[in-house]
Amino acid sequence: MAIFLTKDSKVIVQGMTGSTGMKHTRLMLGDGTNIVGGVNPRKAGTSVDFDGHEVPVFGSVAEAMEKTGADVTVVFVPPAFSKAAVVEAIDAGIGLAVVITEGIAVHDSAAFWAYAKAKGNKTRIIGPNCPGLITPGQSNAGIIPGDITKPGRIGLVSKSGTLTYQMMYELRDLGFSSCVGIGGDPIIGTTHIDALKAFQDDPDTDLIVMIGEIGGDAEERAADFIKEHVTKPVVGYVAGFTAPEGKTMGHAGAIVSGSSGTAQAKKEALEAAGVKVGKTPSETARLARAALAG
Amino acid sequence: MEKGRTRVDLFEYQARDLFAKHGVPVLAGEVIDTPEAAREATERLGGRSVVKAQVKVGGRGKAGGVKLAATPDEAVARATDILGMDIKGHTVHKVMIAETAPEIAEEYYVSYLLDRTNRTFLAMASVAGGMDIEEVAATTPEKLAKVPVDANEGVSIEKAREIVAQAKFPAEVAEQVAEVMVTLWKTFVAEDALLVEVNPLAKVADGRVIALDGKVSLDDNADFRQPGHEELVDKAAANPLEAAAKEKHLNYVKLEGEVGIIGNGAGLVMSTLDVVAYAGEKHGGVKPANFLDIGGGASAEVMANGLEIILGDPDVKSVFVNVFGGITACDEVAKGIVQALQLLKDKGEDVSKPLVVRLDGNNAELGRKILSDANHPLVQRVDTMDGAADKAAELAAAK
Repeated sequence: MAIFLTKDSKVIVQGMTGSTGMKHTRLMLGDGTNIVGGVNPRKAGTSVDFDGHEVPVFGSVAEAMEKTGADVTVVFVPPAFSKAAVVEAIDAGIGLAVVITEGIAVHDSAAFWAYAKAKGNKTRIIGPNCPGLITPGQSNAGIIPGDITKPGRIGLVSKSGTLTYQMMYELRDLGFSSCVGIGGDPIIGTTHIDALKAFQDDPDTDLIVMIGEIGGDAEERAADFIKEHVTKPVVGYVAGFTAPEGKTMGHAGAIVSGSSGTAQAKKEALEAAGVKVGKTPSETARLARAALAG
Repeated sequence: MEKGRTRVDLFEYQARDLFAKHGVPVLAGEVIDTPEAAREATERLGGRSVVKAQVKVGGRGKAGGVKLAATPDEAVARATDILGMDIKGHTVHKVMIAETAPEIAEEYYVSYLLDRTNRTFLAMASVAGGMDIEEVAATTPEKLAKVPVDANEGVSIEKAREIVAQAKFPAEVAEQVAEVMVTLWKTFVAEDALLVEVNPLAKVADGRVIALDGKVSLDDNADFRQPGHEELVDKAAANPLEAAAKEKHLNYVKLEGEVGIIGNGAGLVMSTLDVVAYAGEKHGGVKPANFLDIGGGASAEVMANGLEIILGDPDVKSVFVNVFGGITACDEVAKGIVQALQLLKDKGEDVSKPLVVRLDGNNAELGRKILSDANHPLVQRVDTMDGAADKAAELAAAK
């Protein structure tokens, strides 16, 4: 089953013909992803050869969907053009847009998120500034290395890319149902809560590992959600216990979030919801092993 | 230390300039950095002025950083007092010579900011301005109106009136405040701001509504379309190591400890700081000396630049390079380490600090082999994160 992405997902890549897009399209194909096309209006009608595998280039997301039945897009478009790319994907009504691009201006991500909402949230957005998601053995939509781990029954959701990889590596012998990197930007599409909900409903997931970071109140809100709705065991990790206070100006942000956003506050909120929280990635992995065993 | 992003907090005078540019009513003012310049600036304002310390910290009035000057001579004297003053650890390098405000009748608060939780923008407005708005929010939350603003719909005059009505502004200023809300929104959007705040927004004796003080934070991810923002960055205030790192486009923050840290990915580096701090508890309390994220796909050159900054920090006693290769290939990292050490040696710099390196993930075996083959006397390989952190802390404590 897995969440959001399976072997049946038909994936297109916006920005496939750029150097980053080329590199990762090749890697995704190597991980078994069913990549059915790329999008680049200036190269529409051509195709790109990936080691003998011809991938057609379409002029728009809508055209690619019409001709291939694509239901997932992975966005590698540079920051200045990302908003237009995501809006195009939303307009085309694709089911899932995975936005890898780092460095998108907040006013742009706020705009495409508001746009998706106004269109009834028919397009699930993951990211921006995220590594994407992988369902090991089935499909990979993004830049998570496909060879770290194998299929298994742990679901992973994380704000941080490299901590996702680290945790997959620590638990590589057990394997994962799906691993979702939701990104650490101030505005993201899919949240911890969305992933927790999906893993709770996924019959192939027995344990959920959730990785957070200082800042915002997403972890505290996830803790509330877990208390109410998640019956599967959840193990957590929060990075940034010893990080210094950010040099922020004014306290307007704190008023809005209603939480200090520290690692300690997040840990306490999660523990109050019955989540076992590790102090380090390796301790978190030990807690996950214990929880899965029993 | 927000992940992969820097917010650029502006001085009051810079905020004032941006407000003026977009039509928010402000008083005249100019910034100076020598006492003598206060004379001419005050003369230009008709002979009277307010001398305001430019520091990015609250409470400067109480600290004596805001003074009235009745003559140009007095302005020079006040500027002499205030320039160089220390306000809560911030040295005053600049003062603003501002027009004196007519008598203030009432003080309000207005702002726009990002509401992360609800993934939208938010307008905040209160008739209880002039004081700490956090205090208002905590003690009398009913006096602070919070109105979500859709990023695509923005703030029209109708929307602004709705905000003003919710905050219960008096009828005689309502329309003026609504107009401020429209021009302030223009500032927020046109400048790619993360925060625009006016406090106080004052109603003065002649009935006008004027922004007397303000804060603006900018999103540096928008620099590609904001060419003017580069010069708003306060380069003088940056730590020299941080300035050097920024020059090389490295995401670096100087900290207080002894163990230099290099890693890839903000989350992993933050986690590395934690693991080193825990390990340090067993080794005389040594702590991380910095945060440095070399990012995804970092080349040997980026690695060398990072290492050069860290080895140049006199507080650093040992270095921990913690890389999990996702996009970043570990062989590139290993080459970078070897090249950086050679480069620094060629420059005649003292390279005597031990390095502990942990490489996992993409091309880890190749990277480890490069390090083994180079056989550098200062470089040790430890293949687990916890073990490497412990070794780096131990080496820092031994120095």
